[in-house]
Amino acid sequence: MKTDQFIEILSSDLHPVKRGVVGKTLAWALIVGGAAAFGLMLVSVGVRPGLFGGTGPTFLALKLAFTISLIGAGAAFLSAASHPGRSSRKRFLLAFLPFVAVALLALGAVLLSAPMARHGMVFAAEWLTCLVCIPLFAIVPFAALIWALRMGAPTDLRRTGAIAGLVAGSLGAAAYAFHCSGDSLPFIAIWYGTPILLWTLIGAMLGPRLLRW
Amino acid sequence: MDVSSAERDLRALMVAGLGGDAAAHKALLSRLSGHLRAYFKGRLLQMGRGAVEAEDLVQEALIAIHTRRHTYDPAQPFTPWAYAIARYKLLDHLRRTKASVKDLPLEEADELTARDDFSEVESAFDMQKLLAGISPKMRQAIQYVKLDGLSVSEAAARSGMSESAVKVSVHRGMKALALLIGRGKPT
Repeated sequence: MKTDQFIEILSSDLHPVKRGVVGKTLAWALIVGGAAAFGLMLVSVGVRPGLFGGTGPTFLALKLAFTISLIGAGAAFLSAASHPGRSSRKRFLLAFLPFVAVALLALGAVLLSAPMARHGMVFAAEWLTCLVCIPLFAIVPFAALIWALRMGAPTDLRRTGAIAGLVAGSLGAAAYAFHCSGDSLPFIAIWYGTPILLWTLIGAMLGPRLLRW
Repeated sequence: MDVSSAERDLRALMVAGLGGDAAAHKALLSRLSGHLRAYFKGRLLQMGRGAVEAEDLVQEALIAIHTRRHTYDPAQPFTPWAYAIARYKLLDHLRRTKASVKDLPLEEADELTARDDFSEVESAFDMQKLLAGISPKMRQAIQYVKLDGLSVSEAAARSGMSESAVKVSVHRGMKALALLIGRGKPT
């Protein structure tokens, strides 16, 4: 086919384009994915008893601060990455900053604690449930994010896939936080960090295949 | 023409096109096709590849720029956006073609020459494939007026339709083709 004919075809059915569609689609994916993860938490493991008593509120706030900062930084990267030509390298690295912060806090907490208490801090209640639930809760958010990103035009598919995994894992972890009774910083760093990083890896592996256009 | 004035012109055309101005959009794609051809040819020739491949890439990049135009933010410069898409399409193409050569190592040499020989046929074949997706009436009208270069009255006489029916069929057919291209890659 001649390129001139081709151009004529492409410009023969032109509709005005709405502004900011890409950002809106991403926002919807976050809302739908987050709601799905939260709903799945409610019907499977449920909200922990005594969420609003004892150390519950403090650690729920810490868990949400960790996961929501990952979601926020990750979403900023995804929005830039969906628009070709916007540099997103710095935002990619920024998305991992909350891990560093939590790791440092956890290390501090371990060093300040009595040696006898350390095992209990790490292997607090239900660490295995954590490891199973967070990845499962992240499945729907990941699918929603991939769907949204396919509406955009990501050009760095591996990084975009990785951060989609990171954000999905964080949405799963944020939902799980309402059930979780593991109230220590090392617990959050290890049993929240690992499944989120696992999803980051899965996203990096699947990105080039799922996001190609 | 210097780079900054090209950026200014292209951006103005792009913004008008986003608003629904078909003539501006067509002008944008025509001008971009020249830039894209030079870019792809330059890169591919460096690697010892053919100009036909470059033309395929020009069309692929044009589809991408057309169907992904909602990802351009008018507050941002236009050239980096278009370049990022062109570069992505080139990398994707190189990755894809490298893999297919690996699959058929023995046939490699013959394949390459064959592809060069039948390039024109292959391109025309794409159009025929696309045309197969629309109604026979529209297909005939487009074949006569757009591909065979007949005038509207000649096409009307040959197909037995009225002149206005030919015009309408061409118009609707082009819209249908644009939709088809937007939906999937015409490979």
